[in-house]
Amino acid sequence: MRAVTVVGASLAGLTAVRALRDQGFDGRITVVGEEPHAPYDRPPLSKEFLAGTVSEADLALETPEDTSLGADWRLGRTAASLDTAGRAVVLDDGERIVSDGVVLATGARARCLPGQALDGVHTLRTLDDAIALRKVLVPGSRLVVIGAGFIGSEIASTAAGMGLRADVVETEPVPLRKPLGLEMGRLCSRLHATKNVRLHTGAGLAGLVGTTRVTGVKLTDGRELPADVVVLGIGASPCVDWLIGSGVELVNGVRTDARGLTTVPGVVAVGDCANSDRAHASEPVRLEHWTNAVQQPIAAVAALLDREHNPPAHHALPYFWSDQYGHRIQFAGHRTEGSTVEVLEGDVDSFDFLALYRDRDGNPEAVLAVDRARSFGRWRRQLAGLLSPAH
Amino acid sequence: MILVGAVSEIPVGESVRVQGQVAIAVFNVDGEFYAIDDTCTHQDASLSDGWLEGCAVECPLHAACFDLRTGRPSGPPARKPVRTHEVVLVDDQVYVHETIGTGVPAEVVGAGSGEIR
Repeated sequence: MRAVTVVGASLAGLTAVRALRDQGFDGRITVVGEEPHAPYDRPPLSKEFLAGTVSEADLALETPEDTSLGADWRLGRTAASLDTAGRAVVLDDGERIVSDGVVLATGARARCLPGQALDGVHTLRTLDDAIALRKVLVPGSRLVVIGAGFIGSEIASTAAGMGLRADVVETEPVPLRKPLGLEMGRLCSRLHATKNVRLHTGAGLAGLVGTTRVTGVKLTDGRELPADVVVLGIGASPCVDWLIGSGVELVNGVRTDARGLTTVPGVVAVGDCANSDRAHASEPVRLEHWTNAVQQPIAAVAALLDREHNPPAHHALPYFWSDQYGHRIQFAGHRTEGSTVEVLEGDVDSFDFLALYRDRDGNPEAVLAVDRARSFGRWRRQLAGLLSPAH
Repeated sequence: MILVGAVSEIPVGESVRVQGQVAIAVFNVDGEFYAIDDTCTHQDASLSDGWLEGCAVECPLHAACFDLRTGRPSGPPARKPVRTHEVVLVDDQVYVHETIGTGVPAEVVGAGSGEIR
């Protein structure tokens, strides 16, 4: 293999470039990134960066050693199509980047509402989104967050800390039910009230109020909440439209095997855009987790270069964290429907505990901790050891 | 000097956090004691809660690894080293002599990591 093109210049793309060099690839590497910015870290965008305690420079992902990676970075350029027959990534200006290997790391984009956008309505995914949102989060103003997922909850938490009045609207009766289950979802959503953020559950967004600028939101239960700023935290969609017709199989993102190989030889997919077979999971999973974006590219590059790759066992379990309202939530594993949860340590009412999830058959499958980082780290490894060998 | 505790209170493979001018994490690696700044240089997390693997600690949040002997990160996501502090044992008591100032020697930042990688 003499040349590799990495499409996507965020955490997964940068990690892929590092992995290529670490694993001995000395050929040409071209990186295409849609955003104009050098790779930056996204998790602080909803927290420290929004609050102003972390600067743009602090977000930079590249280390001094990365200057020796010798990659050709094409930032602010968009991949328009993948010509698998010609082994070329075609950019929107028609330029063709021909290579033997392609790493798809295009990530996901924040879901928006259909129709005309009103001023004051934001999403948060990119640095530019965060800069725009930061400008309007003024103390005393009213924020309504649509969606009580992790991003929405973190934004509400940050805004409350900045002195805004915040409301969070969630369609589901219990927030975070999908990742955490009913019991722990309900528990963690109680964090909003600890900082006087109002959570409205079982209420969908019926519409936005305002002519050019948003002044409020209408809920499906008939209520109307006044708002100076609205943030949509309603999930993200994988950026894979440009691959339609390329021959790469697309099912909720790029379909890959457990190593990241797609249906097209020489093409791998990693990070938020990849819907991959996973050890310990019965069906493919697309993960939008930071840790997946630093682990999956190493495995996929090894597959691309036909190298051995033996990560620690606990890397096979999805891991994410969320910082909100002064608490740190950490979760590892695959929670299945019908799981039960048992608190093993600490006290749920003071938001300081560790809980173990078991599947229908009583087998451990996941671990959740709030403000128990030390125990969580141990349990995360222990859990990986308890699970049956990867299938 | 800051008293950390009796040697017997910090078993092999364990760590404790003590407060100096900043929080300091003290580790017992097979009977050898090491002290570094407790806060990860990447993002806010307590390294004393981290996973000890040989002479390195893995941050409990993002798995950034720091060499306890040098304070250097072994690779991303951390870009800056943590400070190391001298550990002194007197009469079976563990003390930390805090390194004063924020001074991370400039040559440590980003240099010479090849040997660690």
